[in-house]
Amino acid sequence: MADQSAKQGGGPIIKIAFFVVLALVLLSGAIFAPEHPGLAIHPMDQFEIKPLFGGDHLGTFTPTNQTLWMVLAIVGIVLLLVVGSRGRAIVPTRGQSIAELAYGFVYKMVEDVAGKDAVKYFPGIMTLFMFIVFANFLGLIPTSFTATSHIAVTAVLALIVFVFVTVLGFVKNGVGFLGLFWVSAAPLPLRPVLAIIEIISYFVRPVSHSIRLAGNMMAGHAVIKVFAGFAAALGLFGFLPILAIAAFYALEVLVAFIQAYVFSILTCVYLKDALHPSH
Amino acid sequence: MELVAAAALGKFIGAGLAAIGSGAAAIGVGHVAGNFLAGALRNPSAAAAQTATLFIGIAFAEALGIFSFLVALLLMFAV
Repeated sequence: MADQSAKQGGGPIIKIAFFVVLALVLLSGAIFAPEHPGLAIHPMDQFEIKPLFGGDHLGTFTPTNQTLWMVLAIVGIVLLLVVGSRGRAIVPTRGQSIAELAYGFVYKMVEDVAGKDAVKYFPGIMTLFMFIVFANFLGLIPTSFTATSHIAVTAVLALIVFVFVTVLGFVKNGVGFLGLFWVSAAPLPLRPVLAIIEIISYFVRPVSHSIRLAGNMMAGHAVIKVFAGFAAALGLFGFLPILAIAAFYALEVLVAFIQAYVFSILTCVYLKDALHPSH
Repeated sequence: MELVAAAALGKFIGAGLAAIGSGAAAIGVGHVAGNFLAGALRNPSAAAAQTATLFIGIAFAEALGIFSFLVALLLMFAV
């Protein structure tokens, strides 16, 4: 009952607070409107890699904002999967139920897409999925850095998958793995042509695999920044682009999850190809 | 000097043309998703099992749009 009355009492207050915030946004838009609108915000500046402890030198082992956010992603994963589910309660806490949800989701995906005998490689795919999903979501925090928006990061992830899957295919099937390129369902004269196409598409896999993730992350964040530039340029009507940013942000939350899902589901597809190369 | 300016112009025009490929990929992705929805509404009980296939199809359709994006990136920053 007390909860309900608080809710009823809180309604008008929330509304008033909303209008106060809106008025402040309008006012700040009017006061801080830049002299040269349009030049205030550069959409690609957020992807700049900077050394953490000052200086301009970027060596191989220089700690940068890139490494910082990758480490934060790993810390987040450890907090969720190790610390969060330490209780092992029958009625799970919030953290434990999220961890169990993620585990079950990835496990089911591996089982459904790659087959029962691919469950052996589930830990690797779980690691990939959790890392990407955490890097994506941490990158959505304003003023943070998206580790997965750089092709260097995603290319390494995709290359790990590509090399692992290729080696696994040859270890499991020997020369039979080349049957992946020999489409036995097609008529014989067509097969050499198809083999060339299949080989090209096989070696192009890591390219599309990595650029899909990095491109989606980069484009989404750049769009938000472009709209932020509109908000700065419009002055009094700056709240309109801000509303658009809210909508784009919601879409980006969805994209952040879907791209992690797509990355790991494609890993499963490639794994299935390596385990059962018959075409 | 004229040649350098023409090369820069061609670079940007080429990058813009490559961006058309992203739109073509958007048509492909929409086609996949629309047909999935059409099938799912005919037989909703079979739809849930096919969401993974949907995403794989979308990812493959998108891959070809990514190559045009790659061409645009190469033209802008590498050529």
